[in-house]
Amino acid sequence: MKITHETVQHVAKLARLAVSEEEARQLAPQLDEIIGYAEQLQAVDLEGVEPTSHPLPLVNVLRKDEPRPSLPREEVLAGAPDHDGEQVRVPAVLEGYGE
Amino acid sequence: MSRWTVKETLASLQRRESKPSEWTKRALDRIREADQRIGAFLSVDEERALTAARQMDEVFEDGGAQAQGALFGVPYALKDNLCTRGLRTTAASRILENYIPPYSATVADKLAAAGGVLVGKTNLDEFAMGSSTENSAFQLTRNPYRLEAVPGGSSGGSAAAVAAGMVPFSLGSDTGGSIRQPAAFCGVVGLKPTYGRVSRYGLIAFASSLDQIGPFTQTVEDAALVMNIISGHDPLDSTSAPVEVEDFTADLAKGLAGLRIGIVRDIPQEGLDSQVREAVEKAVEAMRGAGAEVVEVELPHSQYAVATYYLIAPAEASSNLARYDGVRYGRRADADTLLELYERSRSEGFGLEVKRRIMIGTFALSSGYYDAYYRRAQQMRTLIRDDFNRAFERCDVIVMPTTPTPAFDIGAKTADPLQMYLNDIYTIPANLAGLPGISVPCGMSAEGLPIGLQMLAKAFDERTLLRAAHAYEQIRGDVIPAPVLEG
Repeated sequence: MKITHETVQHVAKLARLAVSEEEARQLAPQLDEIIGYAEQLQAVDLEGVEPTSHPLPLVNVLRKDEPRPSLPREEVLAGAPDHDGEQVRVPAVLEGYGE
Repeated sequence: MSRWTVKETLASLQRRESKPSEWTKRALDRIREADQRIGAFLSVDEERALTAARQMDEVFEDGGAQAQGALFGVPYALKDNLCTRGLRTTAASRILENYIPPYSATVADKLAAAGGVLVGKTNLDEFAMGSSTENSAFQLTRNPYRLEAVPGGSSGGSAAAVAAGMVPFSLGSDTGGSIRQPAAFCGVVGLKPTYGRVSRYGLIAFASSLDQIGPFTQTVEDAALVMNIISGHDPLDSTSAPVEVEDFTADLAKGLAGLRIGIVRDIPQEGLDSQVREAVEKAVEAMRGAGAEVVEVELPHSQYAVATYYLIAPAEASSNLARYDGVRYGRRADADTLLELYERSRSEGFGLEVKRRIMIGTFALSSGYYDAYYRRAQQMRTLIRDDFNRAFERCDVIVMPTTPTPAFDIGAKTADPLQMYLNDIYTIPANLAGLPGISVPCGMSAEGLPIGLQMLAKAFDERTLLRAAHAYEQIRGDVIPAPVLEG
């Protein structure tokens, strides 16, 4: 799998990164080398091997569904770049939806 | 200057030869004197630390020291990816440059409850992604043994702070070697506990199935003392293991007799510096001489560990770092639409290595490539773990180098990401398998740089790991000179 300039732009879009032309030119050969190195896994017979997603044999960790105190709203909003005192404010999500 | 240890600090306080604020002042003085050259700290909160220490003085003068906690009066530092309530926490990223967490990491709460005094937050590779601390968005950190060399990474600031005698201990995080590798480069002890042993609540996530918090110290015994405080199940981290906390100092004095030390017959040799190999061989012979049985084991799939890691860790990172979108906290760029807001905030806020890893991870998880890359990596992870299970049927502790070379120079590997990644070849397998590992200094190179010996043990068998490491440290003796800062 060759990582081209186009692959970089496509992946950047998926990752919500705006990558400049210059960055994409720099990144393409680097990502190609890294993915190329990882391709040594293609040569190993892994037929029938169970994948490991986690080092511990995890089962669902449940707790009682009881309300507990959470962080006060003003403390949480204190870190938000823009808010109206009750909610975080962002640019309009739906086009044409009121200002 | 002699090595500043947790144990001696506590003993001095117990003998009432000193009081808590004197130790905090010593830390702050040393930081003021040396950190302009080292660059270990991103922030130092003198006032907060001194206020806390002076309050301890009062309790101390009332005679209540012992009841106040196992680390009462001991100053320490935290890697700046560990959240501290009311204290800026950046992960060395522009995107969190002004982030003040509304809560603290569980480890920070535990250390505070034990009487530790937080003096500051240390530098790291942005979001812990790197092996040299050169990826910090804010500053370089220099190796106390050679200012032109890197301290290792990603916990380079925490390693350098302990090595340079600024604090007797610090915490870092280890995803692919980020505690053990800088410990090796800076001539200190660094422990990565078993996955799940220490709560990750409040650790800014990089790769959640690999990340683990652990201590940097001058001695193995100090590492055990800190582990006694920070370990244990935490309801706030559902991946923390419901395993009882033992006294990690209990077996320290048991020595090497009766222990089986495994050496890896098929360890990847490419790029291994001859001085590192010789220092490790010498350490193994010393342990054999002290009564350990040395056996050969095989880890045939470890040669694939770096390839496996650089698919799994970026995949998890691409998911974890999706939260930095400029909406709820962190840096927000000017934008007219929501999509532009996401893209610009992230592009301006993340450095190039973080973007590289997000993109590798996004690629490995993307439609059409998931089975060929991410799933194969997870399958290889199974084989790597199975190798260890087989090896630990034959031995109690596996010994190998921590890193292929001593510390490299600043700038030497920044142009070639893959070369930088290969530096983690000996540390990554333990993260993939979830095993505990420790790096203990085992010698000095001809250039005067420390060399690290890595030991690995079975999951949740830190006691045996610490026992072997402590025993080796005793036989090794005092052959690692403290760094002398030039200038």
